[in-house]
Amino acid sequence: MVKNLFVRRGIAAVSLLAMTAALAACGDNVSADSSNNASSNGSSEKISGEFSGAGASSQQAAVEALIAGYKSLNPDATVNYNPTGSGAGVSSFLTGALAWAGSDAALTADQVEQSKSVCAKGTAFDVPVYVSPIAVAFNLKGVSDQGKHVNMDASTIAKIFDGKITTWNDQAIASQNPDLKLPATPITVVHRSDKSGTTENFLSYVKDAAPNDWQYDLSENWPNSVGQGSKGTSGVISTIKQADGTIGYADFSQVGDLGTVAVKVGDSYNEISAEAGSKVVEASPLDESAKGENRIVVKIDHNTTAAGAYPIVLVSYDIACPAYKDAKTGQFVKSWLTYVTSEQGQKVAEDAAGSAPLPSKLADKIAQSINAIETK
Amino acid sequence: MPAGNKGPAIDFDKFRPSRSFVAARKRKDMAMRVLIVLAFVVALVPLISVLWTTIVNGVKRLNLNFLSYNMAGVVGGNQTSSGGYGGVLHAIIGTLEITLGAMVISIPIGIMCAVYLVEYANRSKLSHTITLLVDVMSGIPSIVAGLFAFSMFALIGGPGTINGFEGSVALSLLMIPTVVKSSEEMLKIVPADLREASYALGVTKQRTITKIVLRTALPGIVSGSILAIARVIGETAPLLMTAGYTASTNVNLFSGQMTTLPVYVYQEYSKLNANCPPHADATCVTTIPMERAWAAALVLILVVLVLNLIGRLVAKVFAVKTER
Amino acid sequence: MSSHSTTAALTQPAGGKRADKTFKAVAYACGILILVVLAAVALFLLFRALPLITGDQAANSETISNFTGGKSTNFWQYVGPLLFGTVLVSALALIVAFFVSIGIALFISHYAPRKLATALSYVVDLLAAIPSVIYGLWGGLVLVPAIFPFWNWVAEYLGWIPIFAGPASNPPRTVATVAVVLAVMILPIITSMSRDIFQQTPRLQEEAALALGATKWEMIKLAVLPFGKSGVVSASMLGLGRALGETMAVLMILSPGMTYSFKLLQASQSQTIAANIAAQYPEANDLGVSVLIGTGLVLFVITFVVNYIARKITEKATA
Repeated sequence: MVKNLFVRRGIAAVSLLAMTAALAACGDNVSADSSNNASSNGSSEKISGEFSGAGASSQQAAVEALIAGYKSLNPDATVNYNPTGSGAGVSSFLTGALAWAGSDAALTADQVEQSKSVCAKGTAFDVPVYVSPIAVAFNLKGVSDQGKHVNMDASTIAKIFDGKITTWNDQAIASQNPDLKLPATPITVVHRSDKSGTTENFLSYVKDAAPNDWQYDLSENWPNSVGQGSKGTSGVISTIKQADGTIGYADFSQVGDLGTVAVKVGDSYNEISAEAGSKVVEASPLDESAKGENRIVVKIDHNTTAAGAYPIVLVSYDIACPAYKDAKTGQFVKSWLTYVTSEQGQKVAEDAAGSAPLPSKLADKIAQSINAIETK
Repeated sequence: MPAGNKGPAIDFDKFRPSRSFVAARKRKDMAMRVLIVLAFVVALVPLISVLWTTIVNGVKRLNLNFLSYNMAGVVGGNQTSSGGYGGVLHAIIGTLEITLGAMVISIPIGIMCAVYLVEYANRSKLSHTITLLVDVMSGIPSIVAGLFAFSMFALIGGPGTINGFEGSVALSLLMIPTVVKSSEEMLKIVPADLREASYALGVTKQRTITKIVLRTALPGIVSGSILAIARVIGETAPLLMTAGYTASTNVNLFSGQMTTLPVYVYQEYSKLNANCPPHADATCVTTIPMERAWAAALVLILVVLVLNLIGRLVAKVFAVKTER
Repeated sequence: MSSHSTTAALTQPAGGKRADKTFKAVAYACGILILVVLAAVALFLLFRALPLITGDQAANSETISNFTGGKSTNFWQYVGPLLFGTVLVSALALIVAFFVSIGIALFISHYAPRKLATALSYVVDLLAAIPSVIYGLWGGLVLVPAIFPFWNWVAEYLGWIPIFAGPASNPPRTVATVAVVLAVMILPIITSMSRDIFQQTPRLQEEAALALGATKWEMIKLAVLPFGKSGVVSASMLGLGRALGETMAVLMILSPGMTYSFKLLQASQSQTIAANIAAQYPEANDLGVSVLIGTGLVLFVITFVVNYIARKITEKATA
């Protein structure tokens, strides 16, 4: 009887599955703008097949939009992106399971060496594909809900996040904001509790721009026990929203109606925006210490004085091989990366994820690297 | 409170419970009654709050469109060409297939293990160890089960292997002990007279067990199995690393990444906000990921509800009349 | 085997000894399979965590220092606070949930009118199935802001008790809040199993107690609770198991820290092993994964020990 029961259940379940399988085919949404820009890109032949990438979750929103855009150009290609995180993405890539990986950090020398066994020729390289400004966001009654910004220099930001400044009306903040009436609310610092590229990029800003006020080593994990930690960008944002007097850092696109800090660059306080984030990347040199062919690693100049630049940005990379064991994968990666870094692709990402466009000077260099991918 | 006993002073009386004693007992009875009802009411508050929040937030985006589309081709907060904002079709299929896979693995094993423990073991050392280990197994953290399945399939299918069945294996690791324990409890309760009567009639042990013992314990076993399914159907952490995440529908349990409802909920929660282009019109909704997360959570609860109903119905249809 | 053949089997004469033997063998195999599976899990974890012991110790301490921002360099220093946090959170959750669940279970089995009891049983079963990710959403977005005034009150008036020392963190992403959420999560599980056991109490014993003039509570104390003791303990162990390994709800609510602290109302004091694995795993390199699996192994051992002790207690009680 027991078996009988399970058999009946099984039959029911199987028939249910059969029904859903029939439905599955029509589950895909057709991209609304598929007819508009099809074949506007200059790729000579359409790519087909199934390809997957994985890695940085920061890229997820942009990549999902890019996949939809790419599919409208190459209707026969299926592209998956699993936002497992940079570390997991790169490890999977180095086992040869992925066509490409997204990562918030450039490859290490070890990883470049390891990639020899995966790539058909040469070593893997990384190119910047996604630049996103990191906002220092806060929730303060009477300030942020009025849509006002607070001005801070790097040293003040460092002291707040190190627990040295504990109230909003501290002299250090007040002196930079003569026009604001700051309350005596205690400051609750909110940081990421998981390992994250956003944390590392934010910390590298604090460390470069205020070396005297930030003693900790650079790491993807939050180094001190000040304030509260929260999982992921969404956790940080919802924590900030839940109490008065909170301050944290998060992807600009997720900040919503929270207040943001205008950061001191040179002699002015610059508000956050995609363009301002793009400017600091433009003003930054390449990292010469990154060894390996075709690699483009940006060394963000956090002490930049470029007009209108916003110095706290996350630069996320795509990692690929110069040649693949399967030529079809090579063709796909080349056309995919070309699309991602093209003006059109960057526009798609900006619309979907609020990212900053790649500066044109950098884009040219990136195009050269991508062109080096062998497709035969 | 001393007893104001005015009765005649007969010797027997000192054995009679004093009125105060009776009153104290009654008071204690009343106090416990109040405490128990109170416990019930206190527990209801958060549980109702969970349900209420999910329903209120979930109903907003729960419609036919949400159930019949997946997330492929959904860009930011934009409306799709079908007039919706993406949906959970792929996640429902993933959840059903992966859970079914876990059921197929763990329910037969679990029940047979319980049969061994109750009917064959005879308090042997081995059965002692197994009972202990089943307890231990029920304490395996779900994330460790995920790590285990992930590593095992990396060995079998090469590094980075991710598919739905891998998720089923991880889940069955969590499901087996629950099935064993609940089935064991239920088998133990089956009166020994029934077995003896059956043996006395010359029925073999196997037939006694399948036709009498399991039959009698069936409603309990089914309800235990439903609890086991309930435990795993909402697992997120192990599936994040074993079954992966994809925006499009995948009906093949044995190949390719598969999204399940809990993972979908978590992923949408992680997105928090969608971006709209600056010139977008009112059809672009920036808060859509959170709304999708709640709607998917509601779907998940509904799926569980339906499973529960089916289980109850089955238990009722097959139930054997017992004393209670 | 279709339903048809099963019906046929009923009406045909007994299959005989071969079926008997096969059935016995399958039952034995399934029992032994449990041993094999557990051994496989333990060996696998050990195998993956091996680089911690045999590998390059300098690289190990660098990885761990990377996880903790330089606060600890040694595996035991790393896993200690995590273990403490795990046990603290789960124990609190179990304490809160245990008495409440027994109360509900008794209410359903012995106090509520029959129709209400049936409906309630159903609701409890359903609640047991609400996934942890939903409790995580609810806890993080609804409970956290709602419970702050309460914790604030506790910190103000009961702050002299060390565990309630203030000031209460706002938002309260604290051990106390997580314990409440976990308690709510495991409540239906313990309730559901306890109720099943309580309902199985032999009616004769109950009636005998009542006939001797016992009040309802005395009847429960005399007949129902002793009968259900082992079932209730094993239900609690299931609940504890779920609390120990709970990942998503903790991950989405708790503000983690790496201290040995009983300050339940302050944020960034403790973290659990499971949530720590989930938080660190995606960004971890190979050695990092080994470290995390090592912590997973510790958790595994702890659950083993806890369950072993609990089992011994039940055995003593029933003997």
